[in-house]
Amino acid sequence: MTVTSIAPAPPQADPGRPRPWSHPWVRFAGRRLGRLLVSLWVLVTASFAMIHLIPGDPVRAALGPTAPADLVAARRHALGLDDPFFVQYFHYLKGLVTGDLGTSLSSQLPVSDVVAQRLPATLSLAVLAFLAAVVVAVPLGVTMGVLTRRGHGRRTELVFTTSSIVLATVPDFLIGVALVYVFGIRLGWLPVAGNDTAAAYVLPVVSLAIGPAAILSRIVRVEMVGVLEADFVRTARAKRLPARTIYLGHALPNAVTAALTLGGLLLSAMVAGTVLVENVFAWPGLGSTIVQSILVKDYPVVQAIVLLYGLGVLLTNLVVDVALALLDPRSKIRED
Amino acid sequence: MHGRWTRVVRTPLGLTATVLVVAILALACLGPLLWGAGADAVDTDNILAQPSEQHWAGTDNLGRDILLRVLVASRLSIALALLAIVISVAAGLVLGSAPFVLGRRPARWVSAAVNIAVAFPGLLLALFFAVVFGAGATGAVLAIGLAGAPAFARLTQTLVAGVAARDYVAAARTLGVGRLRVLLRHVLPNIAEPLVVNATIGAGSALLAFAGLSFIGLGVQAPAYDWGRLLNEGTSALYVNAAAALVPGAAVLLAGLAFNLFGESVAKGLGVSVGLGVRALPRLRPGAARQSEPAAAEPRMNSYQAVLEVRDLEVAFPGPAGPVRPVRGVSFQVGRGEAVGIVGESGSGKSLTALAITRLLGDHARVDASRLELLGDDLLAPDSAVQRRMLGTSLAMVFQDPMTAFNPTRRIGGQLAEVATHHQGLNRREALARAVDRLAAVRIPDADSRVRQYPHEFSGGMRQRAMIGMGLMGTPALIVADEPTTALDVTVQQQVLDLLAAIRAADDVALILISHDVTVVGEVCDRVLVMYAGRIVEDLPAAELTTAARHPYTRALVAAVPDMTTDPAEPLATIPGRPVAPADVPAGCAYADRCPLADARCRAEDPPLSDDTAAPGRHRVACWHAGEPLPADVSPDELVESP
Repeated sequence: MTVTSIAPAPPQADPGRPRPWSHPWVRFAGRRLGRLLVSLWVLVTASFAMIHLIPGDPVRAALGPTAPADLVAARRHALGLDDPFFVQYFHYLKGLVTGDLGTSLSSQLPVSDVVAQRLPATLSLAVLAFLAAVVVAVPLGVTMGVLTRRGHGRRTELVFTTSSIVLATVPDFLIGVALVYVFGIRLGWLPVAGNDTAAAYVLPVVSLAIGPAAILSRIVRVEMVGVLEADFVRTARAKRLPARTIYLGHALPNAVTAALTLGGLLLSAMVAGTVLVENVFAWPGLGSTIVQSILVKDYPVVQAIVLLYGLGVLLTNLVVDVALALLDPRSKIRED
Repeated sequence: MHGRWTRVVRTPLGLTATVLVVAILALACLGPLLWGAGADAVDTDNILAQPSEQHWAGTDNLGRDILLRVLVASRLSIALALLAIVISVAAGLVLGSAPFVLGRRPARWVSAAVNIAVAFPGLLLALFFAVVFGAGATGAVLAIGLAGAPAFARLTQTLVAGVAARDYVAAARTLGVGRLRVLLRHVLPNIAEPLVVNATIGAGSALLAFAGLSFIGLGVQAPAYDWGRLLNEGTSALYVNAAAALVPGAAVLLAGLAFNLFGESVAKGLGVSVGLGVRALPRLRPGAARQSEPAAAEPRMNSYQAVLEVRDLEVAFPGPAGPVRPVRGVSFQVGRGEAVGIVGESGSGKSLTALAITRLLGDHARVDASRLELLGDDLLAPDSAVQRRMLGTSLAMVFQDPMTAFNPTRRIGGQLAEVATHHQGLNRREALARAVDRLAAVRIPDADSRVRQYPHEFSGGMRQRAMIGMGLMGTPALIVADEPTTALDVTVQQQVLDLLAAIRAADDVALILISHDVTVVGEVCDRVLVMYAGRIVEDLPAAELTTAARHPYTRALVAAVPDMTTDPAEPLATIPGRPVAPADVPAGCAYADRCPLADARCRAEDPPLSDDTAAPGRHRVACWHAGEPLPADVSPDELVESP
């Protein structure tokens, strides 16, 4: 092979160094940060406004119609509800910046302490469930995609699609109740409450992960089937690469970008999903706390937890966007 | 319209879902009337009883019958869910169509607000509203209803934007009809169907969400009860009477699934039908055809050393009415360093032939031949590692569209290098160095920095050259190029053709060039195979294409190419009629219907591809009337129809 000397390479004009602020990554970061800040402002304002949207007097509603008027007045004053609206808003923002989330009406503890004590349990539950869903869904989706690629496995496809639709529809708290019954009560294999042991994580994580795993594996399968028809897969086959390399090296990276977008939505839905599952398993996290706090009208705690959940969602979306930008070289950030 | 709705109930899943939804709605109407009293009957002697003859699902902590309570609770559960979804759709409609009615600036604000709200999960929004409206049935309905609104707003917005772009809406707007009126009269009726379908699916989700809120105590409050409330009470008694939790749980699940599946079936039934059944062909034993073939007694047609030998190649696909054969018995050889062009209209089987001889057809296609050898290696043998290595290094492919033929998520260098790491035992560094060398060989400037770029950073022509470079990672004896210039700008087409020619000349590489462009093939190739309806109809030296073509089809193809002498005022020449579809190839010569020379024999007997009498050994033609003058000789204008 001596093609090297066929012809000299034509000279290529140097496009010139781009100026730093017009670098795609800088502009991407700027745009994304702007969106995050706007969403954050909406979120903070909403959690502040929540208490003001409550019809009537929230303190009267919390203490009940029989509470003495001076107690109501004192409580209103303690919550700062007597200040002008914008002063309250300012105080709220200032509190957030300094880490002061107010005082719990029921326990009189600082809200930040209550939340900090409850957050790890919820976070570990959500993260573990998400990992479990991904670890199950991606290999399952890829395998199903290969088995049901064009002209193959129509029966397998029907069975898989139907069962994944059904599994995706079953709400996590129902799965939780069923798991408690089967593994906790009938078989007695696993603990059904608290988070004291590693075994106690199994049932909550599984109840939270099944639905998202079903949805995610469906998407991965559909994407795989589509990608396996793509021209570049034919190119990979023309290179006579082993099947494993074609499926995992060439097809999978193209299939996961769409799955990742959905995975972000699933993860943020999972953050909220913990609320119900925590109540099934008496999980000492934010979810059981917020429900109790809503029932006893402990507004500062509710506000703080809503804010945290929202923050979790925003951060998830941010991470997914950045991951997408890194994974997909064609994504907008490098072009526009 | 009617037919589309009946299609919903015709699938087993759709029928089941429809029956279930109707049954659940009937239960919601009748349940409280029939069993309302029984469900509230307190029986203090039978508190928290296990399932029994009298109480199929046992009793609760006041001795009330669980099963009856579940049946009665259907009304409240369904009604609240439907109420919530009505709120969702109504609020979503207002928010989603607001941008259409409002001016540009308010429209943008509404869209932005919807976009932010959509990013938050529905349950989180529901919790927010549950705080605002307080724990209770009313609060929960409002919470779930408003929480669903952003999703419906987004849907409405998309649908409205789609309809608003249509002509009749634009026409109404130009006629001065007010925006609100256009929205109500023209837009909303057209988006009603998808909205209703989504609302049905949404009703299922609302039902499940409501059960969730009631389950954690934020929904329906005692003494009222819905399924979620019963589940809540039942779960606390799970150790005593499991049925108290499982029966309402099953009810929630069944109803939620029924609405979801009903919605999905309606969506599917109203949308595009997916009834395309592809039947699988029985897999051929590799080489089965060859065994029946008498030992190759006939002498090889050529004296030169063949790189590729193809004999009686057939490709079949399963079709609704039996197998379709788009390639029907193709035989040819390619010698070392020889350039063979394959021309023909779309559907003539030329690309399939290329994919079949390179073993790239999917396994839904059936490839059959009495001989198929590359460098003496039997390509009909089962796939093996040895053969993959041989094909990976000795055979290069160039595809039509360089935009899609590279993997968009991987760097060019890596895509070239993996050929060498897999087949030639090079490590990554060596393989990448070879990739740089090969890119330079195909005249990619700055190859050592280009290897680190992604395909989208290459221009079309550069990508096609890189694709050729990928083929040169090994030491190819044959390059198969399938329409390599069709997707490229005219200006870079010539570069790619020159490159192929140069590689050929430098290394004695054989080339199969597939094209619908007779001119390109005539310019690059030594020999031309003309394909029609899955067969080779003529095989002749490229130099004689314009002067000595004998088949009427070849002559028509050549005549259809405008040249410098073509009168620009005349309509361009075309071949009358349409190519034969592979599914219904007629008996006799497939070209007979379009051929000015065709007679009764042509329609009855398919002419074999045999040596042309004028130039035996280097010119084959399949025509009973090869070389006869065309009628009303011989102006191409007579042969053709104006478009």
